[in-house]
Amino acid sequence: MPELLLDVQGLETQFRTPDGVVHAVNGVSFGLKEGETLGVVGESGCGKSVTMLSTLRLIPSPPGKVVAGKAFYRGQDLLKMSNEEIRHIRGAHIAMIFQDPMTSLNPVLTVERQMTESLQLHLGMTREQARNRSAELLTMVGIPKAKDRLSDYPHQFSGGMRQRVMIAMALACNPQILIADEPTTALDVTIQAQIVELVKRLRDELGMAIIWITHDLGIVAGLAQRVLVMYGGYIIEDSPVKDLYVNPQHPYTIGLLGSLPRVDGNQDEKLYSIEGIPPTLMQKPTNCPFAPRCQWAMERCYKENPVLEEVSPDHRVACWVKPKTGRSRQ
Amino acid sequence: MSEEILLRVEDLYKHFPIYKGFVQRQVGAVHAVDGVSFTVKRGETLGLVGESGCGKSTTGRTILQLYRPTSGHVFFEDIDLATMKGEDLRHMRRKMQMIFQDPYASLNPRMTVGEIVGEPLIVHNSANKKEVNERVAELLELVRMNPSFASRYPHEFSGGQRQRIGVARALALQPSFIVCDEPISALDVSIQAQVVNLLEELQKKFNLTYLFIAHDLSMVRHISDRVAVMYLGIIVELAARDELYTDPRHPYTQALLSAVPIPDPLIEESRKRTILEGDVPSPVNPPSGCRFRTRCPIAQSICAESKPEFREIAAGHFVACHLV
Repeated sequence: MPELLLDVQGLETQFRTPDGVVHAVNGVSFGLKEGETLGVVGESGCGKSVTMLSTLRLIPSPPGKVVAGKAFYRGQDLLKMSNEEIRHIRGAHIAMIFQDPMTSLNPVLTVERQMTESLQLHLGMTREQARNRSAELLTMVGIPKAKDRLSDYPHQFSGGMRQRVMIAMALACNPQILIADEPTTALDVTIQAQIVELVKRLRDELGMAIIWITHDLGIVAGLAQRVLVMYGGYIIEDSPVKDLYVNPQHPYTIGLLGSLPRVDGNQDEKLYSIEGIPPTLMQKPTNCPFAPRCQWAMERCYKENPVLEEVSPDHRVACWVKPKTGRSRQ
Repeated sequence: MSEEILLRVEDLYKHFPIYKGFVQRQVGAVHAVDGVSFTVKRGETLGLVGESGCGKSTTGRTILQLYRPTSGHVFFEDIDLATMKGEDLRHMRRKMQMIFQDPYASLNPRMTVGEIVGEPLIVHNSANKKEVNERVAELLELVRMNPSFASRYPHEFSGGQRQRIGVARALALQPSFIVCDEPISALDVSIQAQVVNLLEELQKKFNLTYLFIAHDLSMVRHISDRVAVMYLGIIVELAARDELYTDPRHPYTQALLSAVPIPDPLIEESRKRTILEGDVPSPVNPPSGCRFRTRCPIAQSICAESKPEFREIAAGHFVACHLV
């Protein structure tokens, strides 16, 4: 088995709020192989973004704190590094793009200032070199007349173009891993298709690994090789993409897929709906976090929290019940 | 669904003026809605889809006279709302309501749920205090909420529950027509299905007519009987739901549908996409001729010269394109 590029083990993150401690991530373990595209799916508050932010040490502290876990990047624990070292990793090895490009770009600086900064800092380029490289990067992500647009400010770009600028900035130092946190959620569907196509092309050209965080099971289907489904701060299912859609195992995944209307098929029947609302995570769950909304929940589900177990090769699920039969796994 | 036409929109325009300079001279206008015509039958759901800025929400609001149209007519039960004002219009408003996109912004945080849901009854003097309370309890039950929640405040509820409160308020005056302006876009996936099922159930129960505005084409396919596609202030295609999705004729509709991801890796693998180049042009200076020509993969010279007519190419299937 090849060594994992990124290996996260037992990650736990909490936030202190005036109302108490929020247990956002409650022991998450996963690996990422070289060149792999991993989809991370879940609803708001399930801990998908916090997991990735914790890994890169981007959680504002206080109020946030990574209380347990390890995150190895090529054998080095990111969580134990000095600030100096992690800054180097963040710029040059692992890059991240965010949902709203307007809030992650500085509105009072030109695109050139923002792009050349990391090139000069991490790669020691001169101003002229950095400028040329920036223009090259903008061309690569499909921005026309890149050289002229370097002196523009972020507000002079449209939403889709801004996201392209973000991607160009993220790719500036040839990262090994690109973490994309809902990068297309704020965009229209035709623009989303452009961005997804762009990322696929860049992935194939540059051979980087991608972690794509989203709530949209549709995007992941066409993009990822493997998918993690998160709920209540846990990974509840981890599966190769084809297996997940054909043969989902966790009741939450089954419900989620069932509640999606499809653009390519008629569904005149009622949509399947998961009743109830997601947990607030004010306490660390001691039972299955999905049990109160689960139609197959048994007594055991309210007592013990299931751990991820392999149900078929490479497909792991955290559930006591064999779904659709309502019988216990053991 | 009957054949009776409840709403008839004729050549509706809504331009927002742009003022500039010391004397605030008008220098131009945002052509938000630029000549839109369609009908809605009683009891049906008409889906109105398009990307942000295409004018779909403005169309909804102009129909309800929340914005007064620049020109054009909106016939509701054969009465032209565009020429009505004051008390007459207020009276008509009982029959038409709206559900808003953002359940966090559309409920007053200082009012209790009971006050929010009961307010339309008081505004329209249709009940005394005791009747209002009874009606509020009834409405909350209708949207599957506990009537005792009437004394609580909106911040105590989740997004899905707030949206139910918005639905209850819209139903208070027993309207026949509801504009649903992206009612589920702000909600989580597992909650969206709950709200959509509720809307469908209420439609059956009260024979409601919906104008369902959304950008989620999958959900629109699920809920609508007919679908209209908007681009830059005009409707480019309108057809019965199945026809539009299986046989889209306008190049924009085709591209839009092909851009929607399908939650099935096997289909996604082999799918051919039409990826549109560029962005939607500014509605201040829309392109001459066909609005879509700047991004259209099959555009020809005629498209820049003249505006395509919105014509019926098959029974109930309207398209605005020279090349169809």
